[in-house]
Amino acid sequence: MTIKGKAYIAGAFEHPTRLAPDKTVAQLHAEVALGALADAGLTREDVDGYFCSGDAPGPGPASMAEYMNLKLRHVDSTEVGGASYTLLAAHAAEAIALGKCDVALVTLAGRPRSEGMATGTAPRPRDPNQPEAGWEAPYAITTANGYAMCAMRHMHEYGTTSEQLAWVKVAASHHAQHNPHAMLPELVTVEDVVNSPMIADPLHRLDCCVISDGGGALVIVRPEIAKKLNRPLIKIIGAGEAVKHLTGGSFDLTTSGAARAGPIAFAEAGVTPADIKYASIYDSFTITVIIQLEDLGFCAKGAGGKFVADGNLIAGVGKLPFNTDGGGLCNNHPANRGSMTKVIEAVRQLRGEAHPAVQVKNCDLALAQGTGFQLATRHGSATLIMERE
Amino acid sequence: MTRKITSPVVNAETKAFWDAARQNRFLIPVCTACGKAHWYPRAICPFCAGDQIAWREASGRGTIYTYSVMRRVKEPYAIAHVTLAEGPTMLTNIVDCDFDKLYIGQPVAVVFQETENGPPAPMFRPA
Repeated sequence: MTIKGKAYIAGAFEHPTRLAPDKTVAQLHAEVALGALADAGLTREDVDGYFCSGDAPGPGPASMAEYMNLKLRHVDSTEVGGASYTLLAAHAAEAIALGKCDVALVTLAGRPRSEGMATGTAPRPRDPNQPEAGWEAPYAITTANGYAMCAMRHMHEYGTTSEQLAWVKVAASHHAQHNPHAMLPELVTVEDVVNSPMIADPLHRLDCCVISDGGGALVIVRPEIAKKLNRPLIKIIGAGEAVKHLTGGSFDLTTSGAARAGPIAFAEAGVTPADIKYASIYDSFTITVIIQLEDLGFCAKGAGGKFVADGNLIAGVGKLPFNTDGGGLCNNHPANRGSMTKVIEAVRQLRGEAHPAVQVKNCDLALAQGTGFQLATRHGSATLIMERE
Repeated sequence: MTRKITSPVVNAETKAFWDAARQNRFLIPVCTACGKAHWYPRAICPFCAGDQIAWREASGRGTIYTYSVMRRVKEPYAIAHVTLAEGPTMLTNIVDCDFDKLYIGQPVAVVFQETENGPPAPMFRPA
């Protein structure tokens, strides 16, 4: 059993807002849902499967299903943080392959910017029943200092430098300058990044993604439906998922769950990293990109810093154009969860609908990679490979 | 240190650890079936699923596996993973130190730090 060729991404929509104090989270979910359905040429009445994650208000899918008045025969609210949407796109394809639904809607939305959330530098509240809660809360692990510990170890083992990390941001800014919605459309240099204020050693302010409101949605459908719609045919051909954790106290923080999720996805798709024309790589921080590039096999473990230096990620310049919307580092990071916009930009690239300045020529094979929760402790990872038919 | 330290969660699985911590004793859980120490402590061994876990007094010695100094807060602090002499690596803070002189591989020793309203939490300082 495989999902290869069993489902198509027919609709994709990214909310243009980056600051939405005048809207609710539920409203943003509904707006992106309607946007993706309009993009596909479908309506709310066509949706029979709904997929959401921890950002959807209320427990699981029920509240949003009611708000949007959906009539469903299949739901899934798997929560793996920011990796949830590459994962849910694959789960939607699985459900379609099994005949559990025909038109799957996946939504993401949130307002951390309006709500004034200290996303990266303050500890997140925890459920005291989480078994690790008591062993971590006293130490004030936050998103930023956790990912920073991974960067510190990567530097120690492989000689990765702050300048190499900075190249990830520089590449993202080259793309963001063409995106009218990007929060940070200014071109930056390696010097700008390494001279920006230190947040958590060794990560500087410009190594960190933005905090934004917004959202995005996907509509994934059966092949027969996709072929009747007037949209380019973007086929899901492979997916992999993994959860990586601290394994009882014996672990390597220079590797992510992508080292397991990636090979599963490549094997299902029947392609190799060298075949990929465009990659969306979750970029919560610059180090997140370097570790995932290595784990996915775009370069050897430890060679990520060298790979990104000199612009290998820049469209029209390097070997592997990435995050051509500007990514989380420059464009947006709705709900503090980055993998939805990763799929959306991959779809734009495959359709030939990316900004002309960053559109990859003959882009017929793309990958979207998500990482969720905390790289320095436990996280979800999900890889999605898509092909233009 | 004046940073307020969030209290640990004391529950049925971990009460023995925190009772010992109040007496400045640092225990680690060791599985009586497979003989391995693990972290964080739990009632079921993560390696062999054995449910007979013994608390053993640990040396309190370790080395820094990785660390980061959080700078964008009123009171900077150092978070770290420390590999204990007994094997497992644990999340912790490094205290009583010069933040600019920390390094990976640095030897450290346990020190218990007061928390807001719970038992003291094990942290480490340069040894």
